[in-house]
Amino acid sequence: MTSLTVIYTGLMYFATIILIVGIAYRIYEYSRTPAPLVIPTTPAPTTNSGVVLRLAREVVLFESLFKANKWIWIFGWLFHVGLALVLLRHIRYFQEPVWFWVEFVQPFGKYASFMMIAGLAGLWARRFLVDRVRYISTPSDHLMLALLIAIGVSGAMMTFVTHTDIVALKAFALGLVVFDLQPVPEDLLLLIHLGLVAVLMIIFPVSKLLHAPGIFFSPTRNQKDDPRTTRHIAPWAAALERDKV
Amino acid sequence: MAVAEFVIPELTEYTVVPKINPGAMDKVKSFVAPKGPQEYLGYPWELGADWKERAIDKMGDLLGKYRSLRVFMDACVHCGACTDKCHYFLGTADPNNMPVARQDLMRKVYRRYFTLPGKIAPWLVGAEDLTKDVLNQWYTYYHQCSECRRCSVYCPYGIDTAEVTMAGREILNHVGMGQKYSNEILVKVQKIGNNLGLPGPALEDTLLGLEEDIEADTGVPVKMPLDVEGAEILLVTPSADFFSEPHVESLIGYAKVFHAAGVSWTLSTKASEAGNFGLFNGNYETMQKVAMRIRDAALELGCKRIIVGECGHAWRVAYSFWNTLTGIGYGGEDPFSKKLQQQLDNRYPQPMHICEYTWDLIENGVLKFDKSLNDDRVITFHDSCNVARGSRMGNEPGGQFIIPRNIIKAVANNYQDMPSDTIGEVTFCCGGGGGLLTDDLIEVRVKGALPRMNAFNSVVQANGVNFLAMICAICKAQFTKVLPYYGFDRGQVGGVHQLVSTAIKLD
Repeated sequence: MTSLTVIYTGLMYFATIILIVGIAYRIYEYSRTPAPLVIPTTPAPTTNSGVVLRLAREVVLFESLFKANKWIWIFGWLFHVGLALVLLRHIRYFQEPVWFWVEFVQPFGKYASFMMIAGLAGLWARRFLVDRVRYISTPSDHLMLALLIAIGVSGAMMTFVTHTDIVALKAFALGLVVFDLQPVPEDLLLLIHLGLVAVLMIIFPVSKLLHAPGIFFSPTRNQKDDPRTTRHIAPWAAALERDKV
Repeated sequence: MAVAEFVIPELTEYTVVPKINPGAMDKVKSFVAPKGPQEYLGYPWELGADWKERAIDKMGDLLGKYRSLRVFMDACVHCGACTDKCHYFLGTADPNNMPVARQDLMRKVYRRYFTLPGKIAPWLVGAEDLTKDVLNQWYTYYHQCSECRRCSVYCPYGIDTAEVTMAGREILNHVGMGQKYSNEILVKVQKIGNNLGLPGPALEDTLLGLEEDIEADTGVPVKMPLDVEGAEILLVTPSADFFSEPHVESLIGYAKVFHAAGVSWTLSTKASEAGNFGLFNGNYETMQKVAMRIRDAALELGCKRIIVGECGHAWRVAYSFWNTLTGIGYGGEDPFSKKLQQQLDNRYPQPMHICEYTWDLIENGVLKFDKSLNDDRVITFHDSCNVARGSRMGNEPGGQFIIPRNIIKAVANNYQDMPSDTIGEVTFCCGGGGGLLTDDLIEVRVKGALPRMNAFNSVVQANGVNFLAMICAICKAQFTKVLPYYGFDRGQVGGVHQLVSTAIKLD
């Protein structure tokens, strides 16, 4: 077992734990924080299924963003859909035998990498070209895009330019899943790719990537508009009331 | 009209997104509240030595009590979708009036004290210390937000800057920097009963005078009952309706509608204010105290229905929050709620908006109109922000857009909507809401009104519109003040029930 394998095995496990525990903790925090008042942005659905549909339209079609700005929408949507297809394609490295729909998604995932990189590039360009967006962009905003683009480009290069030993790669990945540790392929592009992915996973729970779980807890989108017929009251407010009556 | 000390924006065919002009509005400062109102509300009136600890403490407290604040602090990705949506940015070009930047004034402090990256590498994530300069920025820019929620329509995660502004003002109050205008009003409503400080006898006198005027005008003895026990309907309306033009025309309209319907109704000295500035300051307890007056009046008078007059933020509080704060509504299983619920007539939603009430009567053929009496008016309707984005009317989402327009079309012949990207869900705020309706903020008000003025102008030019109708007391006060700055006549501003009053046929 080379020291490189030890480092990368350790890194992948560490990153995975941080990612899962971190997001779980955030979700716990958000769900435990009360939403004392009924504040959906109206017009809003009046039923639970309406809310589910509203959130689905946001998460799948980016409905509000489409209303706001077609450029951000097209770049953002291309990036996210591309990323989703790429991630689905990657499942093949963690399964044996591979499910049929993961097989089916392989060619889509490969070309989706272009969508992903194009979307990211467009978003990054806006951070330079549009004065309002330049003003609000922090170093971490730029770095996040750089990180994602580097992950996309290094991955795409392995598929289209300099092929990696994917048999060895799959053995390594599958080995992590079943705790049967295998050597990491000593391919520079791959090591860069994995390292950057680990960074992404580690910073996820302490960065703006929390918009992903966050949107499901946003009261302006996940609340029903039925305050006249249902009495919505937070536990701390109900306690105040019990003390008064 | 006094000469403005600032440049009034030019009207254009479409509202142009300006290039940013940093610092354009950073000298604006609404008068700070003196000791009196601050002490009454339970706040300090000047910064103490421990102001920074108090502020950060209060921020932590609010983050633990409001999921909205917590999620909104974390979820923003700086995409820029909101940057060109705020009327104050469009009218002033000050980049801190872009919703994301306004939120970032707080988010940068949140990151510094409440997040790991902000604590160990603040320069990387745009985190900053809370300094006196930052506190002053908060005071300046959280009083250049009318809490209209327009930004929350466009944000991919629904981040609502209004929630951040409310939290900002609560923290500012907590360290001793309160706004004179809003806080004095909150004292008046709690001490005297309404935002204008009109005591009971003055109100009674005003109503008697109005009864005489209506009878002289129409020959019909329409009444304005006050504090009548056992009346079926309690009407709660903004106090401006008793006192200001054109608001009082709507009050006359409500009275005529009740007269034509033949119902027993009453106003109340205790509940003589629909408005609730506790909303603007982001203080739950204050908002509740102010709202409780309505519950107390309803219980004392034994009314079966509670109806709210033409007031924007009051309707948001009434529709969305009264059930939570005061038990006015249905669905509560606890003793506090049930006490009021059993008195209320459960055939009707509680509370109801006067427009819902009037439209019901129109649909059932109870009211009769001579529409030609409004023929000299070519009317357009301004959707007020809190009604549009914080409430509903009727059974379907969006009823708050349809019902007032239906009423107008039932009482008048000439109606024209403003451009569709300026009304309805995406309506532009009048520029005077959220605690900004004060002369020390006139520059903010005039510039913030620009997008709505452009939209109004477009239908004035293209369709001869000469009447801007609305159902909000603050909008009415704001527009009567601001329209002349843009070359329009203040008489073009009026209420929906003013139009009803003009056309209604009383026997």
